[in-house]
Amino acid sequence: MSENEGALLEIRGLEVVFDGFRAIDGVDLTVGQGELRFLIGPNGAGKTTLIDVVTGLTRPAAGTVRFAGTELTGRREHRIVRLGIGRTFQTSVVFEELTVVENLDLAAGFRRPLPALLRQRRGVSGTVAEALDVIGLGDLADRPAGVLSHGQRQWLEIGMLIAQRPRLLLLDEPVAGMSGGERERTGELLTRIAADHTVVVVEHDMEFLRRYASQVTVLHEGKVLVEGDVAAVQADPRVQEVYLGRSREDVR
Amino acid sequence: MTAPGTALRSPALRARLRGYALFAAVALLLLVVAPLALPAFRLDELAKYLCFAIAALGIGLAWGQGGMLTLGQGVFFGLGGYAMAMYFKLHDADGDLPDFMVWSGVEKLPALWKPFESPVVAIAAVVAVPVAVAAVLGALVFRQRVRGAYFAILTQALAAAFVILLVGRQGLTGGTNGLTNFYDVFGRDPEAESTQRTMYFVTAAVLGVLYLAARQLVKSRFGRLLVAVRDGEDRVRFLGYNPATVKTVTFAISAGMAGLAGALFVPVVGIISPSLLGVVPSLELVVAVAVGGRYALAGAVLGAVVMNYAKTEFSEQWAGGWLYLQGALFILVMTLAPKGAVGLYEQVKDAVARRRTPERPVPAQSVQGEAA
Amino acid sequence: MDSLLNQVPIGLSIGAVLLLVALGLTFTFGQMGVVNMAHGEFIMAGGYTAYMLQDWAGSQAVLAALPVAFAVAGALGWVLERLAIRHFYGRPLDTLLLTWGVSLVLQQAARDLFGAPNVQVVAPGWLTGRIEVLGGALPYARLFIMALAVACVAGIWLYLSRSRPGRRMRAVMQNRQLAEVSGVATARVDQLTFFIGSGLAGVAGVALTLIGPVGPSIGTYYIVDAFLVVVAGGLGQLRGAVIAAVALGMLNSYAEFWTDASLAKVIVFAVVIGFLQVRPQGMFVLRSRALT
Repeated sequence: MSENEGALLEIRGLEVVFDGFRAIDGVDLTVGQGELRFLIGPNGAGKTTLIDVVTGLTRPAAGTVRFAGTELTGRREHRIVRLGIGRTFQTSVVFEELTVVENLDLAAGFRRPLPALLRQRRGVSGTVAEALDVIGLGDLADRPAGVLSHGQRQWLEIGMLIAQRPRLLLLDEPVAGMSGGERERTGELLTRIAADHTVVVVEHDMEFLRRYASQVTVLHEGKVLVEGDVAAVQADPRVQEVYLGRSREDVR
Repeated sequence: MTAPGTALRSPALRARLRGYALFAAVALLLLVVAPLALPAFRLDELAKYLCFAIAALGIGLAWGQGGMLTLGQGVFFGLGGYAMAMYFKLHDADGDLPDFMVWSGVEKLPALWKPFESPVVAIAAVVAVPVAVAAVLGALVFRQRVRGAYFAILTQALAAAFVILLVGRQGLTGGTNGLTNFYDVFGRDPEAESTQRTMYFVTAAVLGVLYLAARQLVKSRFGRLLVAVRDGEDRVRFLGYNPATVKTVTFAISAGMAGLAGALFVPVVGIISPSLLGVVPSLELVVAVAVGGRYALAGAVLGAVVMNYAKTEFSEQWAGGWLYLQGALFILVMTLAPKGAVGLYEQVKDAVARRRTPERPVPAQSVQGEAA
Repeated sequence: MDSLLNQVPIGLSIGAVLLLVALGLTFTFGQMGVVNMAHGEFIMAGGYTAYMLQDWAGSQAVLAALPVAFAVAGALGWVLERLAIRHFYGRPLDTLLLTWGVSLVLQQAARDLFGAPNVQVVAPGWLTGRIEVLGGALPYARLFIMALAVACVAGIWLYLSRSRPGRRMRAVMQNRQLAEVSGVATARVDQLTFFIGSGLAGVAGVALTLIGPVGPSIGTYYIVDAFLVVVAGGLGQLRGAVIAAVALGMLNSYAEFWTDASLAKVIVFAVVIGFLQVRPQGMFVLRSRALT
């Protein structure tokens, strides 16, 4: 925690091109230490692509991505994780044959030295117990993750993220496909995590946004359209046009 | 029956005890019953099956646990076998050229053979060479995320190329005949019954030790990581691990096991030749693992022993029949019981347990209920 | 220098053989993710078809054998797809092992039907000569195989780009789910693909009888190289298969020329591994939103 209260993630002049299509077209984005930032925008705005670039899944055509002063572009995915960036995916991927605890233990483990890796897990480490507590899946700790419901899988993913002890969390549509109750619980989870983590959330769901967001960046056609607090963004006519012009559903 | 103690109520502990009991029973069977009950030549045959079982154990690790379908284990088996056989040949030749080199008109001992005059180097090479080859190949292909069927095809191509190389280099490798006619195996006569008996015990012991080691590996955090890599390699990257490293290490371990198996095979059977390690023998090993049950190490061992026993029995009766049977068995297993004999056993066990306690709720449902 | 050029027609003719044996695989593997180890035995079936037709109608039967072998091998493939493979979609490794079991059975069946020794198909008179090319002698039979390979590629290309079923096949290859929701009967397309892919193996089998005998294990000699072509060429890529086959054929011929037959295979293997270091693309498709 030696960084000043300045930027944790700094993206400058980012461009991503897929077969001639500009998915991201000159994005600048700064996320400060401790911030909770929502990234919204209509389909194809480049939200997930942006996360993909930060986490090393997609190579940008131009621009820089700096995390706590370190350039990320060109690094491999697991190296970026080791620097302290964790992410979830739209479709959650947990390891179905492993138990909930084993999933978390795996996520907590990449810093372990080799001898520890070769030993059997005995009991539950502090990090794992904490993550298990936060996501509230303690009752299912020793069940294989394959039996979890969709919502529980998303929480397990978030738990795995916490267990990684990252400095920056990137959540890609955490409430997609969730029921009302599940959304609520995810929102509480998010609030709790955001209290002591820097979090970027990609989300479609406007209701969720209104309830839990403070700072919002709106992407549209690969560019940053508006940035600001949630009320200002919602009131912005450009945002309304972008959403209304596309689909009434999204704004609701 | 007997009232179980409190400790025995824990299903995990009970499973573990059952595992130990099973292992002890198998060890008893292999180390005491079989040597007493079987005639010498049958014991020697069993020793051969146990060699294949060691190689199968490696396949169980790489394929069953790690999802790497390796169709080139014969190569590693061969590397270990040739390393061992080269030492025996040099030892027999006692400073002269090995017999087959004389027949092929080789005049000077090739440089490649020189180090194998030392038994220490040869035994080290038995494991080190296969491990090194697998590590280099693994590092190259896994780093580039070549996987699944591509990996299988590449390992198969390696097996094909290796055999062609061995056959073509008559003077260096003994060609099609391979290396055979050993007269002295560490100071003993390889044909003597006592030597064969000793080799049997050595092979069984190596299998036992490697089985326990592999089991420990599977249960360790590394083993859990390996399963995770098998089921979601890309996701594992985002947990901060490099799947390429995990796979390369595992592939190298399985290659080392195959090498050891090959080295034991040489004194047990008295020959190592290309026909034992090409595309077909490599595939046969995998088939044995699949039939036994790829997801359980015990299944791999069981499959190797049973399938090779069946092969010997059938081939004695009706050679063609074995191919039909093997093919048909394989088609059946893949279609009806992809988890092999062990999987089938577990299915039956579960079905029986469910029938006994029909009122017990299905676990998955209860979990879903909680979520709603 | 002369001998260097000599290798060009040899390499091209090896490439043509590789292309013929690999062409069908490119599509069954590319579209359906099926690693069909029995492809080699479909080649064998094609070879035996030519042998039987010749028995019946004489050496001129080779031309007639081409469509017949296509149908025979295609039918075998279709039956295999219907009976077993369709239960295995999405499990490429399992199809590999399954079809290997099938290949064992087919090989043994051939041994029981035609005997274990190889049989010889006599090429018709007009294919027995040879022609001087670049200072080397090229048998007409090899020339015929090259022409056949070109014809097959052209046929496939026309089929894929011009015909309705061909376009459906491409659609399924590119995006199975999208094709399905767009109303393409993917199961039907799969059957057809498997028929055509296997049929091409039959054609390759006839071609192979012109340069060597047919035996129960003929398939095993070609299957590994055929798969290497597919791996190097990329999935379902007609262009990739052509380039890879010719390149591997050339490489084989030059590696044999400079070293010998036993080292050549090792060199080819090393080059393929090396190639994958530069171009693993096509070898894997990574889509971020649905990690698997």
